[in-house]
Amino acid sequence: MSEAARDSRLLLVMAHPALEKSRANTRLWAASEGLAAVTRHDLYETYPDFVVDVSSEKKKLVEHDIIALQFPFYWYAMPALMKEWFDLVWLHGFAYGKGGTKLAGKTLFVTCTTGGPTSAYHALGYNRFTMEEFLRPLEQTADLCGMVWETPYVVHGARIKSPEALEAEAQRFRARLTGLVGRTVAS
Amino acid sequence: MTENLLLQALVYLTAGVVAAPIAKRLGLGSVLGYLIAGVVVGPFVLSLVGQMEDVTRFAEFGVVILLFMIGLEVRPALLWSMRKTIFGLGGAQVLCTGLAIGGVSMLLGLDWKQALAVGLILSMSSTAIVLQTLDEKGLRQGVVGRAAFGVLLLQDLAIIPLFALLPLLSAVPVEVAAQAAEGGHGGSLIAELPAWLQTLAVLGAVAAVVGGGRYVVQPIFRFIAQSRLREIFTATALLIVVAVAVLMQTVGLSPALGAFLAGVVLAESEYRRELETDIEPFRGLLLGLFFITVGAGINFTVILAQPLVLVGIVLGLMVLKFLVMFGLAVIGGARVRAAAAVATALAQGGEFAFVLLTFTVGARVIGANLAALLTAAVAVSMALTPVAVILYERIAAAFDAALPDVKPDDPDFDDAEPDIIIAGFGRFGQITGRLLTANGFKSTVLDSDIEQIEVLRRFGRRVHYGDATRLDLLRAAGAERAKMLVVALDDKEKTSELVEKARQAFPDLIILARAFDRRHAYDLLANGADAVERETFEAGLALGVTALRRLGFRGHRAHRAADYFRRHDHRAFEELRPMWGQEEAYILASRDAAQTTERLLAADLARMKPGDLDGWDAGAREEDEMEAAEGREEG
Repeated sequence: MSEAARDSRLLLVMAHPALEKSRANTRLWAASEGLAAVTRHDLYETYPDFVVDVSSEKKKLVEHDIIALQFPFYWYAMPALMKEWFDLVWLHGFAYGKGGTKLAGKTLFVTCTTGGPTSAYHALGYNRFTMEEFLRPLEQTADLCGMVWETPYVVHGARIKSPEALEAEAQRFRARLTGLVGRTVAS
Repeated sequence: MTENLLLQALVYLTAGVVAAPIAKRLGLGSVLGYLIAGVVVGPFVLSLVGQMEDVTRFAEFGVVILLFMIGLEVRPALLWSMRKTIFGLGGAQVLCTGLAIGGVSMLLGLDWKQALAVGLILSMSSTAIVLQTLDEKGLRQGVVGRAAFGVLLLQDLAIIPLFALLPLLSAVPVEVAAQAAEGGHGGSLIAELPAWLQTLAVLGAVAAVVGGGRYVVQPIFRFIAQSRLREIFTATALLIVVAVAVLMQTVGLSPALGAFLAGVVLAESEYRRELETDIEPFRGLLLGLFFITVGAGINFTVILAQPLVLVGIVLGLMVLKFLVMFGLAVIGGARVRAAAAVATALAQGGEFAFVLLTFTVGARVIGANLAALLTAAVAVSMALTPVAVILYERIAAAFDAALPDVKPDDPDFDDAEPDIIIAGFGRFGQITGRLLTANGFKSTVLDSDIEQIEVLRRFGRRVHYGDATRLDLLRAAGAERAKMLVVALDDKEKTSELVEKARQAFPDLIILARAFDRRHAYDLLANGADAVERETFEAGLALGVTALRRLGFRGHRAHRAADYFRRHDHRAFEELRPMWGQEEAYILASRDAAQTTERLLAADLARMKPGDLDGWDAGAREEDEMEAAEGREEG
């Protein structure tokens, strides 16, 4: 490890409009607690009225090397406030386009939970497409912003898994976060 | 004919009361109504007026008050923002028109002094008629209105040097002329003093007006305002004008000049609107009286002897004034159409011509016969203004038909009327007002709390002292042109009174009101408010959200709970509204607020079922999860 290198700083942006009702997301969120170099950001708690503070959000993004998203998969997409957050913060001139290089070189890591089982996310399943395909818009977002796309972490069957199985998922998630933070970057 | 004061008052008041409304209804404006009334009661028709000299002197005080009010309008900021229009266009108009009319007068045989006096006097236009006409046509705020207003303002300002200048044009020595012009006004008490003492006295008087206006009058008004005696406030305002007039006379200056100066000094005061409203009726009545005396004083023998001369003067005057103003406006960069509109609007002679003609006759600059002819000519030109404007519109319409892409006039105006009038700038109105100001809306604030005004003024807000339930004050604040009135008074009865009055007087105004409680809210809506807000509702709800969060609700859940509660409450408010009307008598009689509360609580329980707020999961759906038809996913 060179002298000019340090651990990555990770920003975990979580959006769940009713976290108290979600067995899976509560556990995942709890598992991210207490990790050094991980900043946790609860969007629905910070902006209950949907009025996003753009400048403070930009600052947060700039100050971290890895942007991690945690959300439940609603209608094949992220919850409304997270979309609002993208729409207001990830702007031309900041995240992409002319002069929009502030996120270039950073990593985008997506974690989401689905109610349906793994088998539903298959060409022959009732959802007809794979998670990889459903997450293409975010993958392209990363590409347009010059970011590195990290393999997503998906928890399927969140409603039907046993508490023990969900706890195991949460620990695997925590291990993914620890691994990401352990990657060094030039300081 | 009698010298009896009451009988005289009867004659003048009847003349005014009958003639002014009729003239206004006919579209001629009240000024002409008064003039015609004067002619009718005057010696050449009914001969109802007796010794007019005292009445005239009394009426001339109307001019003093008019100048005081013009002074009140002339805030330094306004002068500065309109400096080009006022001093450029306005100055050029007075000079060029004066010289043009003077030149023509010389060609007609007047000597140069008389010609210059006539030219300058006739260069004035009628502020009252022009502003009224522009308002009626909706042109007040555009390019046309701005130019016309600037020119009129300079003309008003030019009156003051004219009073000093005209005696110099007298055929007799200056001192005699000045004294003659002073007439029976009492004259200067310091005429006997040496010149340096006189100068000192004059400077002292001016300093007294400026300093007094700044440092003495303000505390006096504050003291009187705190006593809440409205008639004393009015009396004080009149006292100031009279005192300044007397002071100026004592040192040999024009009372009108002094009044103007006092007005300018008080223009920045927070009592400006209140002063305007209190003095306005006196100005109106005395000026009306003045116009009646002018009408009564017109010498018809002179006019009837040479009717064609009168026609010639009127047409010559209007055409000349139109041409000069049109040329200047075009040179100044106005489009041809706007220039023509301004020139048409300003083509008549003004009410100041009556004052100045009387004054110049007194100063022996021109003869009484010529003055009578010119007075009549000015009056006729004023009467023709509405006709001229209609003519202009016809011609403009014809041009429009030929050239379809005429752009509308630029609507901005440096001292534009406010978008919003906020009545009451206390704990409630401030929040509304700050939000509106922060989003670029112009507001005028009315408040009757002296301490509050002092604080706001220190922070540079334009706040006016006054009881907003007075319609005249609202009118002065611009209610006729404002988009919206926000009533944020902390007095329940006054709020109701204001909403009701404002709705009747200004049917197009959007009225928003702060309601004391639910019952008051229904009252206000019934009395014409467009929307109301119960003063404690949102604050109580906000504190409730904080309580829910402290009790462990996540932020978004608490927020939604409050949103949902608000919607429920608004629905209940609307649902109970018709019942309110029917049961009003019963509820008012019982004065039982608990009944309302009980009904509301019952409705809360019935409507706000637990689980209504749910979303994002629908509970106990595990069985369905595997069904192939399921599209929506939860986590």
